[in-house]
Parts: sequence; structure tokens; C-alpha cells
Amino acid sequence: MIQMRALAAQNVRFKYSGSEHWALDGLSLDVEKGEFVSVLGCNGAGKSTLCLLLNGLIPHAIHGELQGNVEVFGTDVTKKTVAELSTQVGIVFQEPESQLFCMSVEEEVAFGPENLAVPREEIRERVEWALDLVGMSGYNDRSPFSLSGGQKQRVAIAAALSMRPEMLVLDEPAYALDPVGRTELYQFLRELKVRHGMTVLLAERDAEEAALFSDKIVLMKDGRQVAAGTPREMLHDPDKLRAMGIVPPQMSEVASLLNARLPGANFSFITVDEAERAISQSVVGRKVRRSR
Amino acid sequence: MIPASSPSTASDKIVSVRDLKFTYEGGIQALKGINLDIRRGEYVAVVGGNGSGKTTLAKNINGLLRPTSGTVMVNGRSASDLTVAQLARVVGYAFQNPDHQLFCSSVVDEVRFGPQNMGFTQEDISTKVERAIEAMDLKGQRDQPPLSLTLGERRRVSIASVIAMTPEVFIVDEPTTGLDARETDDLMASIDRLNQEGRTVILITHDMNLVAKHARRVLVMSEGRIVLDSDPGGAFSDLELLLQSKLVPPPVVQLAHRLSGLGVSRETLSPGELVSRLMLGGGEAK
Repeated sequence: MIQMRALAAQNVRFKYSGSEHWALDGLSLDVEKGEFVSVLGCNGAGKSTLCLLLNGLIPHAIHGELQGNVEVFGTDVTKKTVAELSTQVGIVFQEPESQLFCMSVEEEVAFGPENLAVPREEIRERVEWALDLVGMSGYNDRSPFSLSGGQKQRVAIAAALSMRPEMLVLDEPAYALDPVGRTELYQFLRELKVRHGMTVLLAERDAEEAALFSDKIVLMKDGRQVAAGTPREMLHDPDKLRAMGIVPPQMSEVASLLNARLPGANFSFITVDEAERAISQSVVGRKVRRSR
Repeated sequence: MIPASSPSTASDKIVSVRDLKFTYEGGIQALKGINLDIRRGEYVAVVGGNGSGKTTLAKNINGLLRPTSGTVMVNGRSASDLTVAQLARVVGYAFQNPDHQLFCSSVVDEVRFGPQNMGFTQEDISTKVERAIEAMDLKGQRDQPPLSLTLGERRRVSIASVIAMTPEVFIVDEPTTGLDARETDDLMASIDRLNQEGRTVILITHDMNLVAKHARRVLVMSEGRIVLDSDPGGAFSDLELLLQSKLVPPPVVQLAHRLSGLGVSRETLSPGELVSRLMLGGGEAK
């Protein structure tokens, strides 16, 4: 039997009501269970629309014209309610402020399961489990609005996790975070995948972290997937990424400049670790060492 | 433009801050003693993690906030003697979120609003508005409602509406948040041009790639203090201090540090520079 996919989308088109423009225009995309997928594209490529589709806000709450076929964990999204989908797919938006509204961190994280009439004792367990997972244990009584940007984003993720979803969808979650906050967030998401088998789908404009943490990269443009593959396959050509409005990994720029200046060179590194190894072992590295 | 090496004289200083402390209502001390001189024509990046005091400092310079103690001098005059409107002629501040400052029904009205309320002649106003629209590349959008534009365009409108008041100092607060690669490059090119025309630019950001590419001086802020004041190369050479300040240097700087044994300077800022230094170190390969 073929294993059920986390997401199977075929030839999906979506137009917001009142708009003439297809925000998704023939999108086909598969995500396997337990995969960490980064969807990269410029503003307007359709990334946010895809995220809203995965947890059912499209088409159930945000109306428009939907064509094609979207299956989340084996069922057509149009045949599931938002409540059902919310136990399978947790969504986290760009700005945590847009989804935090309770007076305390605990209420915020308990809100989802409370609305599904989960027994009180289990809610308490889930809240503690989710806060522990995001490293926010002990913040139960704090107001979400007294927290730093990074902490708010962690609470938003805990609120999604307390529904015990199998998949987490995040729309540019590091948008307002400082660089250290960014790195910590991505490391945390990677850990969720590795330790808890979570399926993670991230929408991003910047390929730098995606290069480090993803199993698969999907490049999106004009509402459809233009290519998908491993980080190395998708991210080694900085010119192609720039043309799509995606910030390329800086190491891909170093590799491509070296290739242009060194006849016969064929570097394709995308991370600092890979670059250090490749350059040290290469002709350039050996020559420098000889000349010293 | 004043070369970096020119000696600083009193009249060079466009912004001068002494022992500035600022405490928000509720007791959070956001600035704990800032001393800072910025000369006319400089391109300064103020960097630091979330909550380090960057935006609070900017708002104390343009008068949106007033110091709890200490002084801010702008163009030789104490900011405390000037109203926000008077200060706006010298220091322009473009908000992090452009929607906080956009409210007119067309781009041209939005850009005209500032100079209109500053008592310039009609002719002067028109010239300032047209120049600002041109500088921010908004000719095609001049009659559209600002809120119908993309985020990148809205940010240009918010900056145009500030530069139309022709202040000598532009403070731009996280101008590239939410923009994609192309929008970022276009916007930064416009900001660079303003500096080349002699305006002082203060760029508030935590994007280290922007700093490496654009600024010529970097102030690193951490917990309400300036912990480093240097050129970008120097600022990136202290990895420990950057991490303590919640900053991560660009990957190319990290690689330069690791390859310093191959003759790559720790002050390398761009992929091009790194590759050139590698080539110089090793000579052209056959």
C-alpha cells in the first residue's frame, strides 16, 4: 500500500472572491509525512494562499473559486471542516501579534483544545507539554503582550501544537525576529521534525536558513511550483533565485563566483560548513598553503 | 560628502547625543546612557537584537520621545527647544510599518502632506513632492491610493513622504522587513542614492547583509547601550560580541573567519571580496 501523504495537491487554482487574479494557478505539490519542506518565492508567488489552504481557512472561511484537488492526510480539504483540519494541521502566521489575543499565555495555548471540548485534565497536560516543547514552561500566567517577539512566536507555535497536529505550517515565521531568534526558531522546528516526527511546511523569501534545515525545497512563482528537490539541487544557482525574487544562500554566490574565475571549477556548496570543506580541499586552498 | 578621515568640527555634527537615558512609562529603561556624534553625510547602521533600544534611540533623535535625562543636539540646537514639527525639518523618520503613517487617498497627496504643513510656497512644495516621487520611483503610482499598493511600494511612499520634507537626516527603521529580494535591492538603491546626494542616513536594522552592503559605519546596540562603534569590517570581526548582541554576521563573514588561515581577511564583507582574496592568496589557477 502506498503510504498516505501529508499533502497531495494536483493542479490547484484559487482566486479570492472579488479578484480576477489566480493566486494559485496550477499548483501541484506533494509533501511526505515527516518531511521538512521549505516553499520559497517572492511576494505574490502564492505562498500565503497555499498555507491558508492547508488548514482549511481556504475555502471554508476565506471564500473564492477553488479548482483542482487538495488532499491533506488522505482526505479532500473541501470535505473536512476547519475544526477537523485544525487537529491535523497547525498554522503559524508571520506576525505572532495577529494570532495572540488572550490575557495569559496559558489561556492562549489552551484556546484551541478548549474549543474542541477536550477534557480539562487533558488540556492542562497539553498546555504543559506544548509550553515545554517551545521552551516557555513557567510563562503560563504572563500576558502574551509582555513577551519579546521571539517569545510571542513561540507561544503562537505552542498554541498550534496544543491541538496535537501532525503537520505544522508556518508562513514566514521569522519575519520580525532578530538573527539569533531566527536561528533558534529554525533549530527548534528541525528538532520537532527529528524528535517528534512532525511534518513541517515553511513559506520563506530568504533561502539562507532553508538551505540548512530543509529536506526538500519547493520554488514557487506565479501561483505554481516551478521546481522541487534537495536544498543543494534547488539553491546552488544564485542568479536563478534572484530572478525569482528569492534571497539566495550567500555561499551559493561564493561558489558561483569561484566557478566563474577558476576554469574547470565546479563548486556547488550552499552552507558555510560545506564551503569551508570544499575550499580548503580544493586547488585554491592547496595552492595557498604551498605558497606560505 | 565628507570623507571619513576629515576631522570632526562642531558644524560637521548633525546629531550629537550626550548621556541619553530613556525610561518608558512602566519602568522599562530602554536607553542606559548613549553618547554619539553623527556627522553630516554619514551612512550609519544601528544594529542590535529585538528590544536593544534601536527604535527608542531613533525616536529620541526626532523628538517623538523626549529624553528622561541627557541631551540630544540636532544641527547645533538642543532638540528639547524644538517642537516635533521643527525637528521634522531636520530629522525625517520612516516608520517600520509604513501603514502607521499612510492615510491619504493618493500617493501624491500623501507625499504632499508633510511639506504642505510646513509653510513652504506652492512652487517649493511641488518641486519637493516631484523630487521625492522621482527619488522613490513612484511615478507610475502617483494617483493610486497608497493602501492599494504592495508592501514594497507602500514603504517607498512612506519614505517619499518623509524625504519630501527635505530633512538633512533620514532615519529608516527596518525598511526591508517583509520585502523580497528584488524589492529590497530596489529600495536600498534609492536610499544609497539619497546618501550619495549628501543626506545623512541612519539605517536601523538587524539584517547583517544590508549592513555589510550599504553602511559605512556600524553602531551595535545591546540592552540600551552602544557596545561597538566601527566600520562594517571591524564590527564583524568580533563574533563573540555580535552573538551577545543577538546578531549573526553574514555567512560570508563566518566563512572568512574560518578561512583566515588561507590569507582571507577577517574584515571581508562580500562574496566578491572573499573570492578576490582567495585568488590573490593562491594566484590564478590554470
